Amino acid sequence: MSGVGGLGDFWLTYQSTVAFVGLNGLLALSVYTTLSCGQLSLAQAGFMALGAYTSALLTLHTSAPFPAVLLAGTLAPALVAVPLGLPVLRLHGVFLAIATIGFGEVVRIFFVNLEATNGALGLVAIPQRAGLAGIYGALAAALFVLWRIRGSRAGYALEAIREDEPAARTMGIDASAYKLSMLVLGAAFAGLAGALDAHFSFMVAPASYSFGRVVDMLVYAVVGGSAAFYGPVVGAAFLTLLPEVLREIGGRLGLEPGPLRLFVNGLVLLLVVLFLPNGLVSLPRRVRRYVAGRRAEAHAP
Amino acid sequence: MLLSLADVRRTFGGLRAVDGVAFEVAEGEVHGLIGPNGAGKTTLLNLVSGLIRPTGGEIRLGSRRIDRLPTHRIAALGITRTYQNIRLFPALSAAENVLVGSHLRREDPVWKRMVFWPGCRREEADAAQWALSLLARVGMSERAAERASTLSYGEQRRVEIARALASAPRALLLDEPTAGMNPTEVAAIAGLIREVARSGQSVLLVEHNVKLVMDVCDRITVLNFGKVIADGTPAEVAADPGVIAAYLGSEA
Repeated sequence: MSGVGGLGDFWLTYQSTVAFVGLNGLLALSVYTTLSCGQLSLAQAGFMALGAYTSALLTLHTSAPFPAVLLAGTLAPALVAVPLGLPVLRLHGVFLAIATIGFGEVVRIFFVNLEATNGALGLVAIPQRAGLAGIYGALAAALFVLWRIRGSRAGYALEAIREDEPAARTMGIDASAYKLSMLVLGAAFAGLAGALDAHFSFMVAPASYSFGRVVDMLVYAVVGGSAAFYGPVVGAAFLTLLPEVLREIGGRLGLEPGPLRLFVNGLVLLLVVLFLPNGLVSLPRRVRRYVAGRRAEAHAP
Repeated sequence: MLLSLADVRRTFGGLRAVDGVAFEVAEGEVHGLIGPNGAGKTTLLNLVSGLIRPTGGEIRLGSRRIDRLPTHRIAALGITRTYQNIRLFPALSAAENVLVGSHLRREDPVWKRMVFWPGCRREEADAAQWALSLLARVGMSERAAERASTLSYGEQRRVEIARALASAPRALLLDEPTAGMNPTEVAAIAGLIREVARSGQSVLLVEHNVKLVMDVCDRITVLNFGKVIADGTPAEVAADPGVIAAYLGSEA
């Protein structure tokens, strides 16, 4: 009996952590999607906000069924991504990053000042309709889409654009169309995550969609590794679970969990960038190669 | 005429890199483009392939004007190229590079893959086969799976030619395809260029190897300081006093 009770307690304590692993994984994938053709878009928190507000308003003010609400939350930011992307994707590198940060801030400040959604306080008492099944179903769907793109004609076109955009264009690849498509797909993923988040944590508020949020998503993708399509999910899981582990350890050592979390996150990012530039997903191969190297050395006369 | 240039001009600030160039390339013709360093040869290839736009003049493919079209549209109409400073996709394998080159030949809407459409696997196998056949054509089948960045200079140039041929272009632009190659490799490239022309495709060849140009070209255009100073068969061009002066310097 106590065993079952223990598991039940564990579940109660960690259910939201497990949910956030899935949501953060989906958000990391949304950053990865645009990154996969070499574009650093930091508009993702803005897209997430659009998805969250659209879906929350529908649930609070209409009787639309939850799947339709999710669909609306996915499509709204995707539609906004088209007119945003047309001018903005003409920019490259850091200029694109700055322009998309600008978009994210515009969205956030818009909602801070929108009285219909209670300004900075946001919307509360949203019925909890998203569970782990919904969150992980969405994550699986996003992974499936990215997995199927990989290795297709479009997948190779994206890799070519990432490696050398002008050369890709001279192969007949319509780079602008591909970049726009991936921005739209990334926006859809972020919107879906926003809608699920709103219906899991009961509330949406502009403060959740700040610049810091999009930096978190980018860090998940970098730490996990953007060489493989599932890398960002690994990074998100690692960095979402790490604070929980730290809380345990820090508690025993009598350390404040908040500052410790930020310190360790920064340290992890630094270590990965310096020593594992292809992210955590490249770790097994690195270890195998190291072991093989040691073995070869041992066998050398 | 397959490719015709009329009064093509391009300035960079005050520099007239290409200054009123006009010439024509017939179907199945190997057309050489030579001239001293800085004559504007690479700029001209960049103009024809649409990487940069002319300041003035007209470039036509068949009867169609192409000098205002986006780069990928020009490729779709049938012009592909290689680069003087090799621009393979370094993280992709040789075969994958050629697969990217066959983008225009392929049809696989990505939604078909999403629903595991039965024809997809077939199409992908065909595309891979096509890429391998092109690598065989440039003598690179054994290294198909190698990352492009690990190949030697000459090998990279050959893969680049295979990639440019992969879309079955009407005109192939080669920018110094034999730079850094040994004589055996150069001879193989010369044979390949002739073979491409025999199949009806045109080749516009920028090259410093004079022997190769004389051997392989049907016609040659000579550029100096962005202007055409001679145009004709290899024999005519070689005898042209203006060309000799441009290459060796004149005493006058």
